[in-house]
Order: sequence, then structure tokens, then C-alpha cells
Amino acid sequence: MNVPILQMRGITKTFPGVKALQDVTLDVNRGEVHAICGENGAGKSTLMKVLSGVYAHNTFDGEIRFEDEPCAFSSISDSEKRGIVIIHQELALSPYLSIAENIFLGNEIASRGWVDWRKTNLEAAKLLARVGLDENPVTPIQHISVGKQQLVEIAKALSKKVKLLILDEPTAALNDEDSDHLLDLILHLKGQGVTSIIISHKLNEIRKVADAVTIIRDGRSIETLRLDQGQITQERIIRGMVGRDLDSLYPERTPQIGGEVLRIEGWTVQHPQDHSRTVVHNASLNVRAGEVVGLAGLMGAGRTELAMSVFGRSYGRAVSGKVFKYGKEINTSTVPQAIAHGIAYATEDRKHYGLNLIEDIKRNISMAALSKLAKRGWVDKNRETAVANGYRDSMNIKAPAVSAITGKLSGGNQQKVVLSKWMFSDPDVLILDEPTRGIDVGAKYEIYTIIAGLAAQGKAVIVISSELPELLGICDRIYTLSAGHVTGEVPISEASQETLMHYMTQEKE
Amino acid sequence: MSALSTLAKPSTRKATQARTRLRASARYAPTLATVGLFLAMFAVGSGLYPSFLSGQVFLNLFIDNTFLIVLAVGMTFVILTGGIDLSVGAVVALSMMVAATLLQQGWNPAAVIVLVLVIGSGLGFLMGLVIQYFDIQPFIVTLAGMFLARGLCYVISLESIPVTEGFFTGMAQAQIPLPGELFISPGVVLALLIVAAAFFVLHHTRFGRTVYAIGGNEHSAMLMGLPVKGTKILVYALSGLCSAIAGILFSFYSLSGYSLAAQGMELDAIAAVVIGGTLLTGGTGYVLGSVVGVLVLGIVQTFIAYDGTLSSWWTKIVIGGLLLVFILLQRLFARKTA
Repeated sequence: MNVPILQMRGITKTFPGVKALQDVTLDVNRGEVHAICGENGAGKSTLMKVLSGVYAHNTFDGEIRFEDEPCAFSSISDSEKRGIVIIHQELALSPYLSIAENIFLGNEIASRGWVDWRKTNLEAAKLLARVGLDENPVTPIQHISVGKQQLVEIAKALSKKVKLLILDEPTAALNDEDSDHLLDLILHLKGQGVTSIIISHKLNEIRKVADAVTIIRDGRSIETLRLDQGQITQERIIRGMVGRDLDSLYPERTPQIGGEVLRIEGWTVQHPQDHSRTVVHNASLNVRAGEVVGLAGLMGAGRTELAMSVFGRSYGRAVSGKVFKYGKEINTSTVPQAIAHGIAYATEDRKHYGLNLIEDIKRNISMAALSKLAKRGWVDKNRETAVANGYRDSMNIKAPAVSAITGKLSGGNQQKVVLSKWMFSDPDVLILDEPTRGIDVGAKYEIYTIIAGLAAQGKAVIVISSELPELLGICDRIYTLSAGHVTGEVPISEASQETLMHYMTQEKE
Repeated sequence: MSALSTLAKPSTRKATQARTRLRASARYAPTLATVGLFLAMFAVGSGLYPSFLSGQVFLNLFIDNTFLIVLAVGMTFVILTGGIDLSVGAVVALSMMVAATLLQQGWNPAAVIVLVLVIGSGLGFLMGLVIQYFDIQPFIVTLAGMFLARGLCYVISLESIPVTEGFFTGMAQAQIPLPGELFISPGVVLALLIVAAAFFVLHHTRFGRTVYAIGGNEHSAMLMGLPVKGTKILVYALSGLCSAIAGILFSFYSLSGYSLAAQGMELDAIAAVVIGGTLLTGGTGYVLGSVVGVLVLGIVQTFIAYDGTLSSWWTKIVIGGLLLVFILLQRLFARKTA
């Protein structure tokens, strides 16, 4: 039996406070397509960054052997020299440069310092033909679709004489047609002897292309399933991905569910730039007073896009559909209107969209509902401080004072500031997008308690989360989204990780 | 709230109060550094030249820089939102030209002043509209505004136009006596009133809060439903208005209109704001700091005047050096808070 082209042994990578990878083993055979599966945050991307030299060899423990030789990469260029090329989920192309320029960026065809443009374009055209892309090499990258950009990335990899191609969620941003084309291309390259590692949680894709699947869970490699041993089945992969006990604790609560507060009907959203992509298809859902409703879905399923488009069309274009509050249709087409109708949205990206990090706690808390503290435009600073101190105590924000800068707080405390801000606006419906992302376990429990408290006050709460145990622990009802479609609505009594994962990976025709 | 109060823990506010004060003062650090620098320069000046240490020298800093103070106020608003306004110097010149021409034609001074203020704020408003609705960088839009305003000056006249109108000459000579044989000009009073108004607007009104919020994080401001668009447009209109007021004040001071006046004054205003501790990327800073920034620029000039042997270009070199030091200070400060 041949030696595997890639052997990773005992890989352990620690970030401050978190063990991202623990004793991971990965064997990839020459000429196969090897899928890596796992929930969001399981450590798949970290593992690939370790492999490709994004994390230098002295920042992690373990051994990597490529083509039976030990590897010690300190940067991406080191791994590329050996023929390992990674294509990240966010494409690394320069939008204003041409296709050919992008392909040979950093690797220009030149003689005595002068770039040979004729040869560059000629070579680029050959590479484009290999990836089945019919575009003029001088076309600027920004003028071609994301799917085609993905192919340009692969052409770029081919120009580097790639032996092992790593694709991180290559189809997450693509429409079905482009996805199919990409998967065909991966199989085609396999015929030419290129080994691929593909990170994906779209099970139908994995079934289509993968010869082997390695499952990563909580930073550990669980098992490797092989096609030739008949091990690649949906059930087996799902079990491997979610097979853990509910170990974190959730606060006890007795839901007191009232009448319907918010209902969304026939909600459809298009991608803001790529008009051929519909991100949310005809979604309908509702939430009642005192109820915590979960939105489950894998990355790219359209959860955040759905929430943000409802919250004042903050995302997407050509948004259509109806929003009803207490049975009456409301207009939420701008953020101030949405807020006026008692809707609050706490973003998944606290640092970029949720907080003013260079401002202090009290001003962050008061900002969304400053009119409550102002008379004829004049802000009552004493009341503002009093309000902020009230939230600091009730939400247990650990900070020396409300004049502390939010950028210096821990993730959990920042999240409490975001929640305080929206609670102060006194909404009827709170949409919390990944409320516990990047927060340690202890603070998570506090956030869950706050969510439970909000529901107990009769608020309608929608929680978007990638962590299924979390949704199972705090929700009364869970909707599943897959590729922009609502694929399931499961009451908590019938919900399990397996059923949710089943709906989340379901493809709607 | 009541359901959540079970979460409350005994507050440890007292124990941490001292630390808080220290932390809060870190925000004022760049501005305080400017104040310290100003005092140090004043002390050194007094040591070198005995007549330097006088109240009138200090007051002259205000009298000679009223227009720059007003410009810096407008610029502070713009920079706090993360923008920039390069047109202010040219708008000052345009205001002076319009005023001088119309006064020469016998217009009522009150009408002239009102018209100039309308032109200035109108220009600012238009630039704000373009910046907001076409999503173009403020640098480019206000650069275009600067060329437009300067060009209009040349259209009006290439010559210097004297102002002989009674109200303007009266304002130029008027002195408001203060105790101790000191005096200030009416322009100083106006400039300080504008500073006070700006201070209260920035720190006590929703509009002011929105200005800071936009500079701190425009995305989050938008997702909080703040009036981001309107505020950004208004900030440029305000800066235009301040430029027009500065133009009137400069007319009181120079009693003429000249196309080439106030060349590069926009850069002085930006320098004053940055030296005063406002972060060029927006979100943090104080209008009072900008005033101190103007005084620092003024004292550098006074120094060179007192010395007598140095060419006036040393002013620029010293200001350049100071600017660099303050940008570096801010970088260190930003690293600490990150």
C-alpha cells in the first residue's frame, strides 16, 4: 500500500484560553478527494491553516509529513513551494486586476524584471481552459461572478503546480449551477492526479465527490470514513458530527407562551451584488410572546440574511414578503421603522456592527434609544449614567464603571452591553444572532439566563445559533433553514440534534 | 428588568472608582498633552523674553486667530465623523471676496453677512449631499469644492478689494476692555460663543452623540437606526457655515477681500484639530482640544515673531514636527486601547 501523500499526526493548536485542535490525525491518500466535515467552529479551518503554514510550524504541536517528508512551514509561500495550495472561503483576488494578472500575482512571468504580458495572457488562457472557464484573461476580476472567481482561484493554484489543493467551503457562496460545475472540476482534476481536501458540510456534495471523509468535532478528529469500505452515509456523518452529550447547562424555565407577536410571510431576499442568487426563498415563520424560537442552519443557509433583511432591509436587495405584528402588517423597510415597531436585532458580528468599540459602556447602551433620555434633543447625562448603572448591575456587566471603553471588555461583557442596549429600547421582539459566539462557557450561562428572563417578561425572542445543543437547551421551537429555504419547524419536544441536522442538510428542489 | 434583577451582584463600584478615573483620563490624554505642551511653550517663552509673560500676549493669541478657531470648530465636527473638509480655506476667501465686493457696491452690511453665511453653508450642504448620496470620499468632494470656491474668487476679482464700510471698520478697531488694562476684540467673543455652542451640541445633544457614533463605527450606528445620512450631510453644512463665519471674522481682521487669502488655511485647521487630540479616523476628540490646538499654532508664530531672527517658514517646520509627534502619540494611544 502506498504511503499517504499527507500525514498529520497529533496536531494540537492552542489559542489563549481555547484548545482549538487536540491530537488531530489526518491521512490523505494520493489522488483522492478527501472531505473534512464538522460543525461550525469544530476546528476544520484551523486545521487547514496549520497545514498550509498560516500558523507557523512552531506555533502548534504535532507532525506533518507531505510526500513522506517532514514539513516545517513558516508561511503560505513555504507550503506553496511544496505544492500545497489553499483556497480560502473569502477569495483572495484583487478586484481591479485582470484574470491573468490575478493568476500570476506574485508569480509573474517576467524576464529581467519586465513582465511578459503576451505570454502571461497566453498561459492564463491555457489555465482557464483547464478549469473550463470561457473568459478573456484580460477581463477585470470584478466583472465576473463569484463562481467564476472561484475557478480563477483554482487556475491560480494550477499555475503553482499544485499537488494538494485545499478548498475551504468552496460552494458556500455559489449558486447550484456553479457548485455543480466546481464539483465536476474537482473530479476532473482528480483524474489528472491532483489530490484535494474539501471542507464542506453539504452532505450531498460530499457524497458526490469524496473518497474519504474525516470528521472533526470539538477540535478532535473523530474518525475517517472511506467510500471503498461503504462507510460514507448521511447517517454516519451526522452522528459523527453531533455525537456529543449536552454537557453545558441551561437555566431551567417554564415557558409561558402567549399570542403571536411577529409573523413573517413569503420572505424572499436576493444577494446584494450577485443578482442571480436568491439568499432567502419564500420563508415564513412566526414567534409568540414569551417564546424563544431558534433558527438553525449551517453556514450560508441564510439565517443572518433573513434576520437582517427583516430588520430594516439591512441586507440584500429586492426584498419581498410581509411582516405582521400582532396580526397587523407593518413596514420595516428602514432600521428606524423596525425599531419603532419594537424589533431589535443584536448582530452576530459585535465588533464590526454591534458596538462602538472606542466609546464607553453608557453611551453604547443609550445610543439606540437616546430619545428616551433626551428632551428636545438635549441628553440628560445623569439619567443616562443611572440607566447604564442599572444595566451594569442587573446584567452583571463586569467593568469598573460605565465609563469604561467597550473595546476593553471581554466578549461576554461586550455581548451584555449589546443586549442592554436593545433591552433599553424596550422591544417586543428581539432577534439575537449568535448571541454566545466567542464567549466562554460561564458567560454563556449568563446570556442564556438573560434570554430566559426576556422571555419571562413576555418578549418574543428569536435566537440564531450554529450550536445545536444551545438551541435545544434554550428554545421552545426551532426552525431549520437550508440554502435559504425553511426546511423544518420542530417543537422542542420532538427536536434532537439528528432531526435538526437532517433538516439542515436537506436540499429543496 | 425586575425578572433580571435576581442576577444582580453587590456592586464593587467604590473600590474601582480610582481605577476608573485613571482609565477615563486615558481618553483625554492627547488633549491633556496638548494643554501641557501649550503651558510649557508659554513658560519657555516667558523665560526667554520677559515681555512674553503678559495677559495681552495670551489674549492676542485669540485676537489673531479668531477665524482659525471658528474653522477648527467646524473641522472638528467633520473629523469626528471620520470625514475631512479641504474646502474651508477657499470658502473663507470666497466669503471675504463676496463681502468686500458687495460692501463696495453699497449693500447693507447685515444683508451681506447673511448672504455670505447662506453661501458658505449652502456649499457645505451640497458637498455633504454628494458625499452621502454618491458615496464618494470626502477628500475628493471637498477638494473639488475647494477648487470651485477658489475659482469663484478669481472670477469675482483678481485684485485685492478694500473694505471701507463703517460697520466692518468699526469691528476691526473695536476693543472690549478687560480688567488690568487688557482687551479683546468682538470677534473673540463671537468665536468663544461658537466654541461653547459646539461644545454643548457635541456633548449634550442627540446630534452630537450621533456624530461620535458615526466616527466610532458607522455600521453599528446604522444598525441602531441613527440618522446617519442626515447627520453626515449636516456636518458638512456646519463646516461650511463655520467657514463663512471665519471669512467674516477674517474680513474684520484684514479689512479687504483678496483671491489669494487664506491659502492653506484648511491645513492649519486640520493640524489644529489633530494637535488638539481628535483622532483623524473619527469617533474621539474634543472641540476644546481643537481650540488649544489653534493656540499652540498661534504661540509658535508668536515665538518666531519674538525671536525676530527666524524666518516665518520656521513656523511651518515647527508645526510639521508637532503634527508628527501628535500623530505618533495618537498611534500609541490607539494601540493601548485596542
